[in-house]
Amino acid sequence: MSIELTVNGQHYEVQTAPNRTLVEILRDDLRLTGTKEACSIGVCGVCTVLLDGRIVSSCLVLAQMADGAQVTTIEGLGSEDHLSPVQQAFIDHGGFQCGICTPGQIVAATALLDEIPSPTADQVKEWMTGNLCRCTGYYTIIESILGAADAHSRATA
Amino acid sequence: MNRFAYHAPQTVDEACALLEQYGDDARLLAGGTALVILMKQELVQPGHLVDLRRVSGSMRGVEVQHDGLRIGALMTQRELEVSSTIVEHLPVLAQTLRKVATMRIRNMATLGGNLAHGDPSLDPPVALVACDALVRVRSSSGERDIPLDTFYVDYYETSLQPTEILTDVLVPNSAPRSHTVYLKLLPRSQDDYATVGVAARLTLDESGTRCADARVVLGAAGSTVVRARQAESVLLGQDATAAAFREAAAVGRREVDPLSDNRGSAEYKRDMAEVMIRRALLAALAGLHGS
Repeated sequence: MSIELTVNGQHYEVQTAPNRTLVEILRDDLRLTGTKEACSIGVCGVCTVLLDGRIVSSCLVLAQMADGAQVTTIEGLGSEDHLSPVQQAFIDHGGFQCGICTPGQIVAATALLDEIPSPTADQVKEWMTGNLCRCTGYYTIIESILGAADAHSRATA
Repeated sequence: MNRFAYHAPQTVDEACALLEQYGDDARLLAGGTALVILMKQELVQPGHLVDLRRVSGSMRGVEVQHDGLRIGALMTQRELEVSSTIVEHLPVLAQTLRKVATMRIRNMATLGGNLAHGDPSLDPPVALVACDALVRVRSSSGERDIPLDTFYVDYYETSLQPTEILTDVLVPNSAPRSHTVYLKLLPRSQDDYATVGVAARLTLDESGTRCADARVVLGAAGSTVVRARQAESVLLGQDATAAAFREAAAVGRREVDPLSDNRGSAEYKRDMAEVMIRRALLAALAGLHGS
């Protein structure tokens, strides 16, 4: 069967068996390897992408569930020459060490700031629940997101 | 994951016909957050997947009707959590959904899927049993409403037939002077399953002091959602006081049958069931007094 989806603004038609998941299609078929897969059961948050604007675990999205969808991955948020504000904040505040969870953290944080531009620390913690990190101990991740929110409010003030 | 044939019916009738045709070999797909994991682990290997997500209209939406709310089974948990209608008319459901897993899961998982999954550790069934909710189910031969209280049979087993689809959740209006809460004990992480979950509904009589009606419902405390009817009956006609709640909680602990697992021993969970029943009743009373 084939599905059609738009990833980071680019339209794709993908031939796939129905028993494959969105993260497999992104990584293996479209070669967008920024999105990682770890737990494969929707717990760890590493495979977080935006599906029609909402954060989801792409490891639980069957191919057909992405048919006709708009998908945004980490590759759609910035470029090497022009990092997104959240990406820059994760560098400025040391919001990562090994980096495996980072694409998922940044996609989830970007969705948070789209919905709540100036979140409190508690709102950040609630929103980011389930984006697991085994290196940083979370504090610098929270600082990064609050930092990105501050930078944004300064930029728009 | 096994290979399967994928079907995308446009109407509930078409979906029912597919279930008639494929019987036990078919599974319904809504949010997929439970089913896809079971399929990945090869615990479920359907030959046919019937995707309800393209079914138009009737299984979505939230409607305020004269006798209560009708909630379309395909509504995602996140949609309901932030729905102004739910927040206004059934705040305990919004509060409960906020405690389910993570937002990534709530963005996909539907209320109907959650109720039909039959996992006794899930939160929404507990809160909705306390609200006397019913589920409307449809098959090619007709429609029936099942009180959620009698819907659960055993671990992952409900009274749904293989040919039936849960289409709506019906929540009757609550009585005056009634308040419902759901408490979830999470000693590990925020996104975990409950160690014990308790919903309590307290309805006071016209004096405003005595319990005219009560619901005490527990999750993660047995092979199904557990309604602690003896604890409820302890409260009837009694003044709504901490002493009465303590007595009800002591009775309620004998009505649960939890399993020992990595969230604690059965004995620990029984202790916590008692503590959480008491706290839930206190919280319901505090809600009635507007604090």
